[in-house]
Amino acid sequence: MSPLGLLAASSPATPTTHVPHVDYLSILPMLIMIGGALALMVASSLFRKILTVGVGTWITAAVSVAALVAGLFQWDQISTHGAQVTVAGAIAFDGFDVFIQIVVAMAMLLTALIGDGYLRREGVEGPEFHVLAMMSASGAMMMGAANDLIVVFLGLEILSIALYVLAAFNHKRAESGEAALKYFVLGAFSSAVFVYGIALTYGATGSTNLPQIADYLSRNVIASNGVLLGGLALLLVGFGFKIAAVPFHMWSPDVYQGSPSPVTGFMAAVAKAGAFAALLRVFVSTFATARTDWQPIIWGLAILSLVVGATVALMQRDVKRMMAYSSINHAGFILLGVEAATTRGVAASLYYIITYMFLVIGSFAVITVMSRPGDTGHQISDYRGLARRQPLLALAFAVLLLGQAGVPFTTGFLAKFEVVAAAEATRAYVLAAIAMVSAAVAAFFYLRVAVTMFSPVGPVGDVADGADSAAGVGRPDDTPGDGGWAGDRADDRAGDGRGSPTSRDTGDPVSSLRVLTDAPPLDSVTERGPVAVPRLTWLAIGLSVGFTVVFGIIPGPILDFAHQATLLFP
Amino acid sequence: MTINPDWYLALGVVLFSIGAIGVLVRRNVLVMFMCVELMLNAANLTFVTFARMLHDIGGQVLVFFVLVVAAAEVVVGLGIVVAIFRRRSTANADDLHLMKG
Repeated sequence: MSPLGLLAASSPATPTTHVPHVDYLSILPMLIMIGGALALMVASSLFRKILTVGVGTWITAAVSVAALVAGLFQWDQISTHGAQVTVAGAIAFDGFDVFIQIVVAMAMLLTALIGDGYLRREGVEGPEFHVLAMMSASGAMMMGAANDLIVVFLGLEILSIALYVLAAFNHKRAESGEAALKYFVLGAFSSAVFVYGIALTYGATGSTNLPQIADYLSRNVIASNGVLLGGLALLLVGFGFKIAAVPFHMWSPDVYQGSPSPVTGFMAAVAKAGAFAALLRVFVSTFATARTDWQPIIWGLAILSLVVGATVALMQRDVKRMMAYSSINHAGFILLGVEAATTRGVAASLYYIITYMFLVIGSFAVITVMSRPGDTGHQISDYRGLARRQPLLALAFAVLLLGQAGVPFTTGFLAKFEVVAAAEATRAYVLAAIAMVSAAVAAFFYLRVAVTMFSPVGPVGDVADGADSAAGVGRPDDTPGDGGWAGDRADDRAGDGRGSPTSRDTGDPVSSLRVLTDAPPLDSVTERGPVAVPRLTWLAIGLSVGFTVVFGIIPGPILDFAHQATLLFP
Repeated sequence: MTINPDWYLALGVVLFSIGAIGVLVRRNVLVMFMCVELMLNAANLTFVTFARMLHDIGGQVLVFFVLVVAAAEVVVGLGIVVAIFRRRSTANADDLHLMKG
């Protein structure tokens, strides 16, 4: 019998086992993803010769589209027959769930398209990348649908374990393995904290099933239950690690920088979508009665993430590291919707998640093609003069960056507006004000990259001459792979050398922008020709930019979709 | 002789704390893995104790889920350590500092 049946059995002594009814439509996208991953894995060991990277990509794209279509059927089912709970109460089948399934399926599709070009360029054989990504996506889908803390945990682990391997995927790069190990150690640590949180919550409420917990909390007045509060705190710490909110963000810059670029985009979009989905369902929906206990903590996490994410990103010279801090900043914005803990806040968070998914995966698609073989060359100075060499690519990246900055007529603007409005509606004025200031600060580092792309390749050692003396000498050519050690040390020194003029800066925005964008033009960079953009990557970038611009100008459909995607127990 | 279940909960807290401090303090990656395992087993002990206190078999079933996940996690973790050890011949977390910023 299934273990979930055991969970459902009220009395352990009954000899006959009760098999729960399973509504297969409710878990269809998940099953398609897992089935596709398993089929591809088996096929790859049987037909190693035929199954090239390209075939794997097409199969993955087909599986993602199938999951997307299944998601649309689910949406139709819910809008006609209403939401329900299935699989012995372990799975919630509601609009919220379907929204997450659709977001994850689209993220998987885009990542498959980007990964194709990357794997070919790096010479990685076989479809394992796609198998792991699909497994990870199924975990995120499970987190969106989970209606039981232990199912949340299973989804979290399916998502994470596959991501650990994906982070280490490019075994030719030393950074990749290091990123994987850091992600693994902190991920496992946070999972253990999360499980202990589940254990304490179970002890305090007598169940791990979310509606049963909510029911228990609404029927019993708990003045001060230390076990429950401890459980809540540990659950929040576990979620905090997964969404990279500020006191728990230490892993994310290293992991984002070290992981292969397509994986980083996938990680940022899918892991955030899954973790925020579970966070919203567990806290906003289930622990609604204990709101006064957890809201202040979320408030603190949101403010720290907004401030630290935006300010530390200003100092980054590596684009992937900058995107890591920017993603921490975005997590702070999504937390605004969580903190509001209203129907509007949930809808705003969902809208932010889908918007951010397209923006971040599109951005990492550009970062992937801009990197040199070996996944190096992620300095912001490497983007200098891109607009002259490849105007279309520069324009696409500029749109994606402006979208993240929240410029009007992109989806990013309305996403930020919605979460701030949701916070403001619950009288969280301080939070809303800090969010708006941090958006202004964040706009600066997005624009810095955009300005670098559109500024011409200047003469070597013009403005930042003095600052470069250390950097120019210390920096050898970017050798991929093992040379990373030496290159990195030189990089550190270069960073120190370049850091000094900014700290001496008087604070005049124009001059500081000049110093920052006039980072040392490396010889190899100035001589760099146009980068090759595979056709499938163009498709992914086009989809991301198209979504950002079209639904930025006509926000109605997606906004309505997010507002209709309500939780089963709001 | 019966033992008050509170002692098992206290043992769980102690094991969990030792594990958590171990992850944060120890620098050998393998020892850090062991400390994570200690934390997971502290959670398992807590699950079983609460299941016994609540007369609910659900909590004991959860332990199997956690055990399976922990096993899968260790397989992946050791794989990553072996991959790094082949390149660097070190399993010390402090030696892994390629990235800074």
